[in-house]
Amino acid sequence: MAVVYEKTKLLTEKPLHYCPGCTHGIIHRLVAEAIDELGIQEKTIGIAPVGCAVFAYDYFNVDMMEAAHGRAPAVATGCKRVNPNNIVFTYQGDGDLASIGAAEITHAATRGENITVIFVNNAIYGMTGGQMAPTTLPGQVTTTSPYGRDPKLCGYPIRVSEMLATLDGPAYISRVSVHDVKHIMEAKKSIKKAFETQIAGKGFSLVEVLSACPTNWGMTPQEALKWLEANMIPQYPLGVKKEVE
Amino acid sequence: MGEKMLMKGNEAIAEAAIQAGCRFFFGYPITPQNQIPEYMSKRLPKIEGGCFLQAESEVAAINMVYGAAGAGARVMTSSSSPGISLKQEGISYIVGAELPCVIVNMVRGGPGLGSIQPAQSDYYQSTRGGGHGDYRMLVLAPSSVQEAVELTQEAFDLADKYRNPVLIMGDGLIGQMMEPVEMPERKEKAELPEKTWAATGWKPGCGRDRAIINSLYIDPAVLEKHVNKLYAKYAVMEETECRWQEEMTEDADYVIVAYGTTARIARSAMRKLRDEGIKAGLIRPITLWPFPAAPIAKAAEHAKAFLTVEMSMGQMVDDVKLAVEGKKPVHFFGRTGGIVPTVREIITQVEELAKGGK
Repeated sequence: MAVVYEKTKLLTEKPLHYCPGCTHGIIHRLVAEAIDELGIQEKTIGIAPVGCAVFAYDYFNVDMMEAAHGRAPAVATGCKRVNPNNIVFTYQGDGDLASIGAAEITHAATRGENITVIFVNNAIYGMTGGQMAPTTLPGQVTTTSPYGRDPKLCGYPIRVSEMLATLDGPAYISRVSVHDVKHIMEAKKSIKKAFETQIAGKGFSLVEVLSACPTNWGMTPQEALKWLEANMIPQYPLGVKKEVE
Repeated sequence: MGEKMLMKGNEAIAEAAIQAGCRFFFGYPITPQNQIPEYMSKRLPKIEGGCFLQAESEVAAINMVYGAAGAGARVMTSSSSPGISLKQEGISYIVGAELPCVIVNMVRGGPGLGSIQPAQSDYYQSTRGGGHGDYRMLVLAPSSVQEAVELTQEAFDLADKYRNPVLIMGDGLIGQMMEPVEMPERKEKAELPEKTWAATGWKPGCGRDRAIINSLYIDPAVLEKHVNKLYAKYAVMEETECRWQEEMTEDADYVIVAYGTTARIARSAMRKLRDEGIKAGLIRPITLWPFPAAPIAKAAEHAKAFLTVEMSMGQMVDDVKLAVEGKKPVHFFGRTGGIVPTVREIITQVEELAKGGK
């Protein structure tokens, strides 16, 4: 019998702690497969965030560091500068990267720091229980915007990929989604491309992955994927935002 | 020993770090420590494998230190009081993840933006942890440029030995003044273990476990065990790393306790008091943590009283009182906000004690 699917060895045997229907698991697998296919396991260092993916160091089968909230790009910078031959990636959520870590991500990007950032945007703070994020959509109900996010009170969502793409430092920035198989395949290609950008020494690469949070959105997994497609993609258009040849 | 050079304290510390094998420096400008990053930005790019990076903030700088230390490098950052406050988050994580690094604080007046003049008002912050959680770190307080050089070199070995950050606590004066210094020849690293724990790349069968640089222990029982392990290290530090200097304490009636710049002024005062016939002595803590309680307790057996002198409203005086255990009166004199106490002021304080028979 031919093997048509097997779990990548780049993920450990530890069962994922994510909620049912959460797409972190898919994104973990895509990152792990990219590392595996590129044959860079023994060179790769992952930097875990604070947020739902805080235990990422238990899942990726590479050397890992756990950073303070938002500081993963600074930790990755220190790590990469010491051992430039390592392939260093951060895995960060939208609260971590776009709010408390806005300075660290912006400056790592503008320095053209030769690292790869996997930016998981689910428009909410997941681990702390569904509070408003800098990426929360206008009108979206969260535990700290119970009447819906009011842009007059708390501003508008940040389009991180577009913002960072205005800088000269980044070499590759794209936004992808994992709400259906077609998009998952595209996301995989983009994540691989980001690692290839780093391997080629071209500089900073970031893939923003639109991700579902059924638990904190108060939806079934199927409803959440539909909501992502219908509401998040119009706010966060997919595609390559910057690519330096 | 190399040849004698006239160097500013900040520059001497930077050069001493390089001599100790520090190849990575991440910093952010703040007065009065700017000569450290400036010197590093000139020297490190000229050294193979060296990297100076001006971070976007003190917060980022200390987290770059975390990443570099986690990758196994000798790494340093420096700042001054308000900047050190910003670094506290990172310092707490560095302690939790048991990473070695050296941090320099050229203390200035506070609170808030305070002043840019020398102060010692970060004593509590330095010796009680500073950031959140149960922890300690070695705090070294040089009182001359030469001593700053020697302590900086040693700081890297101590950090590696204990896998814990070491803080060099200077003040604006130590950083800014020029003194003749000799750069000690680089000693071979005192038998330090290989950094097999560092995150440098792993694959199955490579001979070690996967490196996880981390301070998160979600199970309270596991965290308590981890903190107990940290405190076992601190117990060894207390036992073996306590340093101080004593002058004329054997027969002293009045023992002055002071560190850093203040200790130099106190020394001049102590000598003048001796000329006047008042038996004064000086205990100068070199490690502020662990605090040299033993020589103070010993002096308490014969001295009439203690005078703690600080460039603060009185912070180390608490540790002196703990060491004296109420056996003798402990008095305090301090200037703050960036004002440096004078020799005359200290003499007057001791004269008053002697006059009152206190």
